[in-house]
Amino acid sequence: MNTQFLLQLLVNGLVVGTLYGVVAMSFVLIYKATQVVNFAQGELLLIGAWVCWTLLTKYQVPFWLGMPMTLVFMFAFGILIQVVILRPMVGEPVISVIMVTIALSTVFQAALKWIYGVSPQPFPRVFTSQSVNFAGLQIQTVYVMSLVVSVAMMIGMAWFFKVSKWGLAMRATAFNQQVAQSLGISVKTVFAMAWAISAMVSAVAGVVVAVVNGVSSGLSIYGIKVFPAVILGGLDSIGGAVVGGIIIGLLENFAQFIDSEYLHWGNLYEVAPFYVLIIILMIKPYGLFGTKDIERV
Amino acid sequence: MASPSLIPAGDFRSSYAVDTTIFPTKTSRNAAILGVVLICFAPQLLSEYWLSQLIVIGIYGIAALGLNILVGFTGQISIGHAAFFLFGAFTSAYISNKTAIPVFFAIPLAGLVTAMVGLIFGLPAARLKGLYLVIATLAAQYILLDFFSRAEWFSGGSVPAMAKPFSIFGYELRGDRHYFYVVLAYVVVSYLLVTNLMRSRDGRALVAVRDHYLSAEIMGINLTKYRTLSFGLAAFFAGIAGALYAHYQLVVSNEGFGIERSILFLAMVIIGGTGSIMGTLMGTAFVVLLPESMEWISAELKGSAIDRALQLNNNLTFLREIAIGLIIIAFLVFEPDGLAHRWRQIKTYWKLYPFSH
Repeated sequence: MNTQFLLQLLVNGLVVGTLYGVVAMSFVLIYKATQVVNFAQGELLLIGAWVCWTLLTKYQVPFWLGMPMTLVFMFAFGILIQVVILRPMVGEPVISVIMVTIALSTVFQAALKWIYGVSPQPFPRVFTSQSVNFAGLQIQTVYVMSLVVSVAMMIGMAWFFKVSKWGLAMRATAFNQQVAQSLGISVKTVFAMAWAISAMVSAVAGVVVAVVNGVSSGLSIYGIKVFPAVILGGLDSIGGAVVGGIIIGLLENFAQFIDSEYLHWGNLYEVAPFYVLIIILMIKPYGLFGTKDIERV
Repeated sequence: MASPSLIPAGDFRSSYAVDTTIFPTKTSRNAAILGVVLICFAPQLLSEYWLSQLIVIGIYGIAALGLNILVGFTGQISIGHAAFFLFGAFTSAYISNKTAIPVFFAIPLAGLVTAMVGLIFGLPAARLKGLYLVIATLAAQYILLDFFSRAEWFSGGSVPAMAKPFSIFGYELRGDRHYFYVVLAYVVVSYLLVTNLMRSRDGRALVAVRDHYLSAEIMGINLTKYRTLSFGLAAFFAGIAGALYAHYQLVVSNEGFGIERSILFLAMVIIGGTGSIMGTLMGTAFVVLLPESMEWISAELKGSAIDRALQLNNNLTFLREIAIGLIIIAFLVFEPDGLAHRWRQIKTYWKLYPFSH
């Protein structure tokens, strides 16, 4: 039993898990507010990362300016997707809407490969120091930054939904669209806002991952890993998404530990979340914190 | 202009037998039979290239038909269809290589085994609504592909598995010109089977589940049973098609059966028309021939200013993916009933030609 290795992996898991949590949170945000299951969440991450990369390397914009510019772009981009593609789909069967987002993810994925090529690109250095020593463990600075950013975003999100006017409007819409509309909330705007905020949050997560690992089309796997996380936490629970994300991140790295120490299977790391997904669907389909769907006729 | 193919205004049906008939008129039946007879001459008339395209359309058409039972008739989605297709391919290769069972029987057997595997993944989601099945099939896609790359006894791991050529009564069918008839037979049988399924009690139950599952349940339809059944059927046809593909290519490998291929199968169903049996074949033909037409267009544009600016020829694969995605979106937004609907409109237009009504 290699304790040092296990600890290192668990720290890794925590960092990756909080990132999953952030992406899952932005997924749940769209699902809760607009009832759209977004299969293109990973591509939003990827677009954010590529836009930031272009600003930083092609136009030599400093990071403190490039990041807000990326966020502004993603805000507009999220609204654009909602208005142009998802708005005509309101009232269509769930399946058609899911298929539109699947198709969107194909288009974005291919378009980004067309523009930027398939090979990964290193992200410009944002931090000077490589790693910090924490209780005997070498932790890379980018990991600390990633953890801090993720937690900050979660707190920001909590504040947004508990206190701000827009957050309250969004929660009201999620609860009941008709009631919200009759109380003077513009449901249309709320839908657009949900996409815009989700795109922004995803872009932040995308840039964080890019700083750690470089930008490549493989980044969009985060959009797929979101599903085990949200199913575990419950599809319509933002807190659940965060917890689910952290659990999936820890579990992935724990699976890697088991794999490399005992089983030697190779890539258990990548598929373990999907086995968990199937098991959860069998025993607790509405997740840990999701609302159970009870239908009355 | 009273032609026999015209269905008279006020389409009265006075018995169930008339209501559930496959071909509404004699002409439509004769046309279908004539079509099958004509296509039997394809190997003599067409070049090797077009023949291979026809075979691919036939094979994918069977897989897409299975997916259409799930998507079009039962209202569930699967984004793991390519994994089941590949599972059928590996199973058939495995059965025909490792046991004494001839290829002739290995193909339907592979379909059955794939259906069993499909049920394992479909079972948890069958209790739930469509959304959860999507996620379960997403997991199936990743788990199965991981299994193929790992299980060397079954799929050969990283080395592609070899499949025997199709043989019947000791006579080996080699080459496209012979194999075409095998695929044709399977296409005709499976399309007839599904058409007949939709006329039966079980088929109507599936449609009821799609249209309003609560009402269906109140009327005594066992939701779990029919959702599981449709998922099993979808996997069955995917397995059959995969097995046909294995014995056509003679090698099976993991390559190119990721989630993009599953989306391609969905595209066939959507473009053809969800819930239309003949539409499935049209959608498959559209999706298979689309890359060909794109290659043709980019070859035409080669050397021109557009080509130099966008580097079309170097990025053809990405362009193809973009086109597929955009076409799916366009069909969902503008023509949710697919090509089958468009075809019906064209038919009525020509039937009434000089007049619009």
